[in-house]
Parts: sequence; C-alpha cells; structure tokens
Amino acid sequence: MSKIKVVHYINNFFANIGGEEKADVPPEIREGKIGPGLALESSLGEEYEIVATAICGDSYFGENIEEAKETLMGMIEKYDPDLFVAGPAFNAGRYGTACGTMAKEVEEKLNIPVITGMYSENPGVDLFKQDIHIIETSISAAGMRKAMKKIADLGDKMVKEEEILSPQEEGYFERGIRVNYFNDVRGSKRAVDMLIKKMKKEEYNTEYPMPVFDRVDPMPAIKDLSKIKVALVTSGGVVPQGNPDKIESSSATKYGIYDISNLESMKKDDFMTIHGGYDRAFVTENPNLVVPLDVMREYEEEGVIGELADYFVTTTGTGTSVGNAKGFGEEFSKKLVEDGVGAVLLTST
Amino acid sequence: MIKDVQFGEETKVEKGTLYVNKEKIKEMVLEDKRLIKADVELARPGESVRIAPVKDVIEPRVKVEGNGQVFPGIINKVKTVGEGRTHALVGSNVVTCGKIVGFQEGLIDMSGPTAKYTPFSKTNNVCVVIEGREDLETHEYEEAGRLAGLKVAAYIGEAGKKVEPNEIVTYETKPLLEQVAEYPDLPKVGYVHMLQSQGLLHDTYYYGVDAKVMVPTFMYPTEMMDGAIVSGNCVAPCDKVTTFHHFNNPVIEDLYERHGKDINFIGVVLTNENVWLMDKERSSDMTAKLCRHLGLDGVIITEEGYGNPDTDLMMNCQKVAQEDIDVVLITDEFPGRDGKSQSVADTVPEADALVSCGNGNVIEYFPPMDKVIGTLDYIETMIGGYEGSLKEDGSIEAEIQIIIASTIANGYNTLAAKGY
Repeated sequence: MSKIKVVHYINNFFANIGGEEKADVPPEIREGKIGPGLALESSLGEEYEIVATAICGDSYFGENIEEAKETLMGMIEKYDPDLFVAGPAFNAGRYGTACGTMAKEVEEKLNIPVITGMYSENPGVDLFKQDIHIIETSISAAGMRKAMKKIADLGDKMVKEEEILSPQEEGYFERGIRVNYFNDVRGSKRAVDMLIKKMKKEEYNTEYPMPVFDRVDPMPAIKDLSKIKVALVTSGGVVPQGNPDKIESSSATKYGIYDISNLESMKKDDFMTIHGGYDRAFVTENPNLVVPLDVMREYEEEGVIGELADYFVTTTGTGTSVGNAKGFGEEFSKKLVEDGVGAVLLTST
Repeated sequence: MIKDVQFGEETKVEKGTLYVNKEKIKEMVLEDKRLIKADVELARPGESVRIAPVKDVIEPRVKVEGNGQVFPGIINKVKTVGEGRTHALVGSNVVTCGKIVGFQEGLIDMSGPTAKYTPFSKTNNVCVVIEGREDLETHEYEEAGRLAGLKVAAYIGEAGKKVEPNEIVTYETKPLLEQVAEYPDLPKVGYVHMLQSQGLLHDTYYYGVDAKVMVPTFMYPTEMMDGAIVSGNCVAPCDKVTTFHHFNNPVIEDLYERHGKDINFIGVVLTNENVWLMDKERSSDMTAKLCRHLGLDGVIITEEGYGNPDTDLMMNCQKVAQEDIDVVLITDEFPGRDGKSQSVADTVPEADALVSCGNGNVIEYFPPMDKVIGTLDYIETMIGGYEGSLKEDGSIEAEIQIIIASTIANGYNTLAAKGY
C-alpha cells in the first residue's frame, strides 16, 4: 500500500542552511525529510512518508511574500501531498508568519489538511488562528518532540476525517469558530449555576466571550451634494417582484443589483420585500419606504443631488453574518466607485 | 402526564390518553368568521410526520382553584392569576399551523435527525390547521390564528379539570417584604424577562396588553404559569418563545429549584424590546431602576429574537450591572454558517457571564417524512430556508433556525455552542 504523502515546510535555520546570515535564501524543495522532519515522520508513524521538504529563508519570505508563496506553491503542488505541515515556528515571528501564510495558501489551493505549531506570543497566532489549526508549542525548539507529537496526532485525524475535538483537548489555539453541541445540563440551569458562582465571587466561565467589532469611521461630510452621483443601497430586502435572484429572507448569502433608470418611484406591482425580520405590510404597500426612489427623484429634479445611480443594491440584513455583509460591501463598492458614485444612501430596517 | 392522543366523541383524559373531539374543535375555530377552513390532525413522538408552518404551541391548562382563568385579558376576563391550583396536560400540546403569515413560522419534525432540536417532537400534538379568508389582511390573519390556538388549548385544558395529577409541584413567591424577610441571609435574585415587541407580527401580550405599549413592570413568577403572557405569532422560529414556553419558563423553574437553598427568588421584572431608540433607553432605564428598587443582588436576563433585541439585552445588562448587581445573560448565536462571524449584534464589557443556546445558522438535512401536516410550500422563503432548500422528494436542507424553538434564548434546551 502506498503511504500517505506529507510535504513539510521549514526555514533556513531548521534546514541547517544557516542562521540570520542565511535568512535571505530563496525557496527550494528537497526530496524526503530534513531536520525536524525526522521527529514529524516518527510521530506520524509507518502509514506516512514525508515526500518533500520545502525551504525558504525567513527574511526572503517576509520581503517577497507574493513571489515566495507562488514559487513554493508550484514546488509543493508537484508532490501531490495529502497533508501539509509547516514548522513548528515556536517563538520565531517571521517564521511563524511564513508557516501561517503557506499553510493557509496550501489549504485554499490544494484543499488538503494543513497544520502548524507556534508559541502563544508568536504574532503568527493572531494572524492565522482563525484560518488554520495552530498547535500551541513551547517558546523554543527544546519542545520539538512534544509539539510534533500533537501536530502528528491532529494531522492524522484530519487526514482520516475523524472528529476534531475542542482546542483544549487537541492543543490548538481556539479559532473562534462557534460549533454546536448538546450540553448535559439545560441552559437555564447553567445560567442559575453561573449566577450563584458570580455572586459568591467564585470563578466561572462565560460560554461566549464578547466579540470585537471593527468600527468604521464615518467619511468627512460632503461639501456639495449637487455635484455628486448618489446610489441607493439597502439591507431592507426590497427586490423585484418574484425575487429573481432568490435572496434569502434571513442569513443572506447574496445581494442583488436592480435597474431603476426608467422609474420615478418604487411601485408595489414591481417590487416586494423578502426581509424576514420586520413587519412587511407597509413596505409591501409602498416600497419607497425602504428604497426612497420617489424622494430621490425629486431631489435630482431640484438639483439637490447631482444625479441618481441607475440601479440600487439590496440584500437582507436579518441574521446575515458580519462575514457575509463585509464580503458583499467589499464587492459592490468597487462597482459603485467604477460607476462614479460619490455617495450612498444606506437604508436599513 | 399525557402519553397518547386520539380522536374521540368526547374530549377527555383517560389512563394517560387524551381524546379530542375533532368536529367540536373545527366548529370552535370557525366561529371566527375570518377563518374559512379548519382541520385537526394528530402528531405523536416518533411518527414520520413534519408539521409546517407552525405558528404557536400551547399546553392545555385549566384553573382548578384560585382567581381567574387561563389567558386572562385575551380569551377570558381580565383578572390577576398566579394563585391557587392549575392543572396542565403535560406531554400534550396544541400546535397551530397553516398558510404562512410572514416568513417567521417554523417546522417540527416528530422523528428523524432533526427531531432532537425541538421539545415538541416529544409531545403528543393536536395540530389545528387553519386557512384564512383570501382578502384577510396579515395582522387580522395573525390574530385569528393566535386566538384559535388559545381557544382550542383552553377547551382541551378543561378535560384536565377532574384528572388526578401524577405530580403536584408547589411554587411560592410571597409579597416583596415578606419574601425578603423569609430568607434574610440568601442573595436576592430576580429574572429580567424581555418580551418580543418589535412590532406587528413580533408581539407578546401581558394580560391582553401589547408589550410594546407597556413600561417595565414587576410580576409574580406564578402569574406566567396561568397564561398571563401569550406569544404573538411570527418571530424567527428558532427563537420563538411559544405560549408553551411562557407557561413553562425554564429560568423561573430553575430559580425556584434553588429558592430557599442558595438564593431568595424575589420575582420577575418584565420588559420589552421595542425598535425605537427612545423606547430602548426608557425600558432599560426602568428595568435597572426596578432591579435596584427591589434590592436585587443578582439577575438573569433573557431575550427573544436576535439582532435588534441584542441591543436591548446589552443595554439592560450594562445598566443593571451599573447598579452593582451581578448579571448573567442567556442568548443564542448567529455567527454565520461557517461559525466565524460575531455571534451577537451588540456588546458591552459588562456582558462577562453568558450562557449559549447554540448557533442557529448551522445547516441540517431533514429527510422526507411520510406525512406533512400543513404545507411545505413556503420552506424556501421561511427563515432558515433558501433557494434549493426543498428537494423533490420532500427532504429539506436548511439552517436549524427554521425549527421551532431550536435555539430558544431562555435556556429551555441543552443545545449550546462553544469555540473551536
């Protein structure tokens, strides 16, 4: 039986090329295992074989990220690996970033399990823990054997598609991914227990530490609206009758862009709302309540605004994840800019 | 304890079986001229049955001793309830379903892999399928459906009047000063109960008063056990606090469990979740004021719904905590299908003790069922559904938020989420 193929990524130092003076070596790949690969292969066991080791100098990688990434990908791809292991990088910051970058890239391009290891204060942890599994290691290479054992155990599970347990059980950094499970005790009872502990000043663990939101600073005020092209954007779920793009009534995965160039107002025979989070009765009667085309046409006529864009952009806000919403915004705002839109009237519900 | 449900000539309970008179129920529902068709179907645990779109679930109850009747101010005369003795036909429920009002209704699977997400797969359900007049305006249709369910539940509840209960549980909360004096050494705990009141089709009623036009108030926990609070139809199905859940509020039950042992359970502060900022400010101010006024040391706060009400939850949390009261929150999570986004829409630093009721965005497969009560016509536009959700063979792929009370944010279920 052929063995499960592993490609391992390490830096100049662990490849025995040299220390800081050799940190500028460009990407290369060698067949078989090198340095820490020995510990990795023995931890993985007989089923596995490290078919190649990819190497790059840390400063070379840092200074030429895009090029190094592409070159290394080309080299790695040729070995058609089943598992990709990077590092571990311990507390080496540049090395950690390189390991994280390559692991993320390999997962995206080859769709195979990837894993790396770092010390908790390595900057690579915060940069990549949400994207990939990073095993928590000691501060230095003295902890190599222990780290490789955990990397191998988790890597083996990933390859065999076995259930991956919690961060505490497997030893990786929490990725911030919320996963369902059935607790032994119902939520209300856990809340009462938590409250009693909190009142007694005993230690308790919140089940969801508060997330951090990236706040967007408002742009400076527009000086002269009369020369600006304005576009209407809404999360109120107004779509053409029949919802041609089948945008969801909640947890939207898409948005729509619809033509209004020949319209003076939003007629109820032409538009509807599919939003699942508010009482739609009034907007069903008058879609201008959410997409105020009627008023904007008056403003256009009066010269209050320069002109109105030929289309409006729409999605459902209710239950839509921040990740999806951010993705939509990044995508359609490019079109808005291309089309010369200088301001957006964003309506929610 | 009801173990089975059957049709019968007379509505009665015999040896743990509930018999219901189908014709009588249909007649009763059709008394409301806004409804033109009614049917009654039965669904039992383990059967290959899917019920959709579900509007409300109501446990049949009846007052045996004490003032008033169930659902005061709605289908019975308004009168303060919460004292005396009430019989509940535990293990049975009335489920209203039929043509959708507005995306927010959900489904119940009586068996299969998704049955575990809803408590109503474990109860014997009398499903009342309604159809409204074609020209009926949505709010009217919602009200007609709501009243039909309550009427039928109260009617079936009557059958429990003379039944010898399997179990009698006594819950007692005394008037404030007496209650404080009863356990002077135990910390005083309250429950801040946020009622969904975002607007038409997102409403809750307290003694018949629409929660969005009330200001926060204080109540005995036992009032809820007699139906002082009823659910309006249409809230995201997973989050819906059904009328069953108002009867059987798990926070109240679990606080009573520790009452007199570790805590002194003082009572319930009732508040709302209005959409106007001024209302949010006023209600959260008053909630914090009431908690302070009552001398509470700790409170548990629950919300109904997600997104917009997260703001009310956080405002209540912050303002109550600023009165030097320990706060624990219960909520569910919506971090997206990949679980990577923020689970709540608002945060405050004081929200440092939170219980999770699970991620509602998780996608599940619902295998086809032999029988559908209601209709699957709306699956793809219901909350949790999407284009392609409903397959030709009647199976469904959808987010678990389409299931009634699957991630209900009052801690009734054991479903939870943790960080990976």
